[in-house]
Amino acid sequence: MTRLRSVAITVNNQEYKREVEPRMLLSDFLRHELGLTGTHVGCEHGVCGACSILFDGESARSCLMFAVQADGHAIRTVEGLSADEDHLHPIQQAFWEAHGLQCGFCTPGILMSLIPFLEKNLDPTEEEIRHALSGNLCRCTGYQHIVDAVKLAAERMR
Amino acid sequence: MKPAPFEYFCPDSIDQALDLLSEHGDEARILAGGQSLVPAMNFRIQQPAVLIDINRVPDLDYILEEENVLRIGAMTRERQLEFSDLLSQQAPLLHESVPFIAHPQIRNRGTIGGSLVNADPAAELPALMLALNARLKVRNNSQERWIEAPEFFIGMFTTALEADEILLEIALPVMAERTGWSFMEVAPRSGDYALMGVAALVTMGEDGKCEGAKLVYLNAGDGPLEAKEAANILLGEKISDDLIQSAAEHGSEHEITPFGNVHASPEFQRHLAQVLTKKTLTQAVRRAEERKQ
Amino acid sequence: MTTRYFGKRIKRNEDPRLLTGRSLFVDDVDLPGMLHAAFVRSPYAHARIINIDVSQALKREGVVAVYIADDLGDYWKPGPLLVSPPPIADTVFNEKTQVPLAKDKVKFSGEPIVMVVAESRYIAEDALADIYVDYEPFSAVVDMEKALEEDSPLIHEDLGTNIAARVVQKKGDYESIKPDAALIIKRRFSYEHGCAAAMENRGVVAEWDRRSGRLTVWDTTQAPVVIRNGLADLLGLSERQVRVIAPFIGGGFGPKIMMFYQEEVLVPWVAIQLDRPVKWIEDRAENFVATTHERGQIHDAEAAFDKDGRILGVHDVFLHDTGAYDPYGLTVPLNSQANVLGLYDIKNYHSEFTAVFTNKTIVTPYRGAGRQHGVFVIERLLDLAAKELKIDRTEIRRRNFIPPDKFPYNNEIIYQDFVPLIYDSGNYEPLLDDALEKIDYHHFIKEIQPKLRAEGKHVGIGIVAYVEGTGIGPYEGAKVQVMSSGRVSVVTGVGTQGQGHFTSFAQIAAEQLGVPVDKIDVVTGDTDQFYWGAGTFASRGAVVAGNAIYEAARDVRKKILQVASEHFNAPEDELELFDGQIRVADVPRMSISLGELAKKANPTRGAVKPGTQPGLEATNYFGPERGATSSGIHAMIIEVDPETLQIHIQKYLVVHDCGKVINPLILDGQIHGGVAQGIGNAFYERLVYDDDGQLLNGTFMDYHLPSALDVPRIETAHGETVSPLNAMGVKGAGEAGAIPVGPLFAQALEDALHNVDLEILEIPLNSNRLWEIINDANNKGK
Ligand SMILES: Cc1cc2nc3c(=O)[nH]c(=O)nc-3n(C[C@H](O)[C@H](O)[C@H](O)COP(=O)(O)OP(=O)(O)OC[C@H]3O[C@@H](n4cnc5c(N)ncnc54)[C@H](O)[C@@H]3O)c2cc1C
Ligand code: FES
Ligand code: FES
Repeated sequence: MTRLRSVAITVNNQEYKREVEPRMLLSDFLRHELGLTGTHVGCEHGVCGACSILFDGESARSCLMFAVQADGHAIRTVEGLSADEDHLHPIQQAFWEAHGLQCGFCTPGILMSLIPFLEKNLDPTEEEIRHALSGNLCRCTGYQHIVDAVKLAAERMR
Repeated sequence: MKPAPFEYFCPDSIDQALDLLSEHGDEARILAGGQSLVPAMNFRIQQPAVLIDINRVPDLDYILEEENVLRIGAMTRERQLEFSDLLSQQAPLLHESVPFIAHPQIRNRGTIGGSLVNADPAAELPALMLALNARLKVRNNSQERWIEAPEFFIGMFTTALEADEILLEIALPVMAERTGWSFMEVAPRSGDYALMGVAALVTMGEDGKCEGAKLVYLNAGDGPLEAKEAANILLGEKISDDLIQSAAEHGSEHEITPFGNVHASPEFQRHLAQVLTKKTLTQAVRRAEERKQ
Repeated sequence: MTTRYFGKRIKRNEDPRLLTGRSLFVDDVDLPGMLHAAFVRSPYAHARIINIDVSQALKREGVVAVYIADDLGDYWKPGPLLVSPPPIADTVFNEKTQVPLAKDKVKFSGEPIVMVVAESRYIAEDALADIYVDYEPFSAVVDMEKALEEDSPLIHEDLGTNIAARVVQKKGDYESIKPDAALIIKRRFSYEHGCAAAMENRGVVAEWDRRSGRLTVWDTTQAPVVIRNGLADLLGLSERQVRVIAPFIGGGFGPKIMMFYQEEVLVPWVAIQLDRPVKWIEDRAENFVATTHERGQIHDAEAAFDKDGRILGVHDVFLHDTGAYDPYGLTVPLNSQANVLGLYDIKNYHSEFTAVFTNKTIVTPYRGAGRQHGVFVIERLLDLAAKELKIDRTEIRRRNFIPPDKFPYNNEIIYQDFVPLIYDSGNYEPLLDDALEKIDYHHFIKEIQPKLRAEGKHVGIGIVAYVEGTGIGPYEGAKVQVMSSGRVSVVTGVGTQGQGHFTSFAQIAAEQLGVPVDKIDVVTGDTDQFYWGAGTFASRGAVVAGNAIYEAARDVRKKILQVASEHFNAPEDELELFDGQIRVADVPRMSISLGELAKKANPTRGAVKPGTQPGLEATNYFGPERGATSSGIHAMIIEVDPETLQIHIQKYLVVHDCGKVINPLILDGQIHGGVAQGIGNAFYERLVYDDDGQLLNGTFMDYHLPSALDVPRIETAHGETVSPLNAMGVKGAGEAGAIPVGPLFAQALEDALHNVDLEILEIPLNSNRLWEIINDANNKGK
């Protein structure tokens, strides 16, 4: 066991102070230290995208970062998208209506990858949407309803 | 898939980083974007005893132009390259190739320096450095030196960087006049490492003859690979489809040494090299002609 | 009834929880004092274990316990046989089920040998490196044909053979019609290994409560009731002492069924031994070798046709790779055997298969479960015959379809559920006609394709057909209950992995009770909530559990009418259920909410009349006598770059008939997902083994699941031939999307590359393989 380090990380606008081993992955930190289990882990080698979060506003894989690297930075996870189940973010609402999820395991990572995408482009083509989704694997939906959900969300957010 | 324990340092100056590196030597690894290093650590293929995180070292990410030279800081994220107007004007070949690397979430973190030091033979950026005549600035805690790209990449995942050195900057000449470029690759899916990739640059003289040509392949050997003889076939000539065909044949048959993987046999890689050489040269020539006007 | 819930595109009840990251998956379970497990797995496919030294690991700080096979005492025994061999005469079946930890010999790379339990997963993984295992490597049995040679090394020496099973099934007499054939097509077809790759890996958490003597297990299983029963038996506990919870599951697709995986059996045992909660979460590297695989068959098939392309008979002899053990019996090869018959009127059929042990990960059903292989064989045979006989490929299919007046149609062979394969209902020609029209088949081949070809484009069309045996037994049950709040609770024993059961099951109850879908709470996958059941497999959730819910909800409806009739003193036929109320039709003031009525049905004073039961609730069961058969057509237009052999799917169409549809939105989603997996299976995904039995591409970097750029938009259309086998008339649909994509690719690619005389006889393909096949064809032509 190596020396623990203290970190202060802002997650969904709340600051958390913890002592962590340097090797603790940010994904494990969020899930198991903070109990924010909405961020999922599917591969731990950067491919599936289930663990995608926002790091200072940009999407990133939380399985490819150490918690210590997030010291002093701002993280946003799926839990930060809406106050509760009755007040969904427009993207969440669109996923619900368009049936953009089945098992829902890939969904948090997909939502978090889409947030910055839609911030930059509220009128995306299907091709652009599919490119934006290409770093997130979904084994259940065949992506079509996800694409539809993104279109719907963009329309509503315009 | 959890990394082995390591000692973590997070220096806030380059000197401090270099001191730490010289102190820990072979035991230590620089942590840049982490997009190659961390997966390898999660698989425990890499178990460095010490990590020196240079993400908090200031002034390592920039893209500047000075006296017809582009200077790119080693910690510049791949995403910054992708969205740089300067690169799109002055190094369109580099700019166009970046979206082929992985996915947005990876490019947000992955750095140019990390990709070059990682020296994966299938990676885009090392091949681009060869194509663009890049020079790489490296430093240890006592001295700084410049390495030309061909001398930097010395093998599979191996570079000329010493254990105590950090890559600081990449310098590239801006693209010459009357020059056309093209980058193409074939990958199983978008974002995957390519089965084969080709970067081509062609400079056309006022007389309509080829003044300069460069062909670089990725995933065609144990590092990025330049096909000089194939390029020479074009020099001093008016470009025709036949000429391009002979360059493509020569390059793919005699100058590359692909060894295949689970997705492609060496024969298929050579076939793709030939197809892509034709396509990239054709596009580069066309662009060079366009830029002449 | 004014509002209808059945058949509506209703958005799902479960989604808000999933979308906000507030749903519970197994890895989200966190218990005080919880320990974490990791496994030493064999790096060899086939080796003797000479010695295991765990002493260093035990010394590591944070390590709590280390187990090898010998430490398990009586608990060490081969796992249960999940599906026994079929009642088919002369069947050979050699039972070899997996063991919790390998003892003397390892039989596939990835087989667990040592279990480490530590304070964290990080430490547990550190300790794996402290453990030294000495192996004596043997040559590995990788190739099925070599496995059957005299001098092949043996995987299970006591058997004296690598044969796992041999089954012969016959209908009519193939040999007798052979002389009459105008054409005989004979080929070798092969299908290589792939895997389910659900986004969530497997996981087990177990907690033993010593004081109450109860064990709780959270498990990524598709069959919690079966696991509860099995664990109780193995651990010597009563079923009432064991609770298995399958919470939200991140995709199942078959391999998460009821395997009694080594880890599934060990984690609960260790939790009891150590009297502390224990968690094991599979990582992706483990998933590729430890979670079961599918595919791996070689068919030597032939078909006899008359001059008009009618099939006179089919003869198929095939090898099936079962991996190192065969706990799931013969489900996969039996499915393949049945699906060769497809939706065609085939009077003579001879089929025999040999299942072979190899030093590879165990093979069990994965979405499609062997149906793909059968469909591939028959569809390819038809394509080849059509070419020879110069009959249009859609016409040859039409000529062979079972006509609608022949249902129920008896195929005269035994199916995976051990009853004769009888199709309940179907009407295939309208599906084909619909598909031809929607993809504009005739126009495409007559007008569009020639133009494209003239432009040098390589664009091909494919069109194939399939049936899907669904909704097999044994049974499922459900309890439907009106709560005093007026909400309705529906509880069933199946597990759910994203199929939308929280909504489709609610729709079934809503339809009967007149309660809005969002007021119905469905509970699945918790054995304390519902005791009986089998599990989610073979596209049976909607059919079998759905019909149980239907029956139970009907019983509750009857009870509601009875109680309300007394309450209002009005005849039952004047009552109507509407929006959570029951009222006397046309008398608005005579209305009561179901919640109130439920309270009245549970009096606190007085006596409940003899013969009646308190509450508005009922439990009922449904056990189909046999499966319901869905059917469909897939069609696709694909462009191939003739130089790089990269593909682009321009159009994809599914016309599907699964009887009555509960929720078309969810059904479309199931089909899209199935097609995406089918596309992966056809062109992107292949598990590559070397001669030593090492998996060469066990990461997501190298095992390529299709991304959003690889799966096209999929158009769907539906026929509706109701099933006479259940009251709702439904058939399953879970696997339909995935089944026929292989032969569709083969046909469309051959069409696209029309200038080469090539035959595609194998799946999966990729650009490289396609290039090789083209080269071979060109060289043969020379
Ligand atoms: C899913 C996925 C897909 C990918 N696909 C592609 C692809 O298609 N093409 C491609 O090219 N890449 C791909 N990558 C790799 C990606 O581009 C990496 O970001 C890049 O190769 C490494 O950059 P990094 O900054 O993340 O380096 P790190 O991972 O931090 O470091 C890589 C190595 O370089 C060393 N290093 C880093 N910076 C320096 C420095 N300044 N001085 C000295 N040593 C240094 C490190 O010690 C380490 O050994 C992919 C990665 C993932 C996870
Ligand atoms: S878990 Fe991070 S990308 Fe898969
Ligand atoms: S919904 Fe299951 S993986 Fe995407």
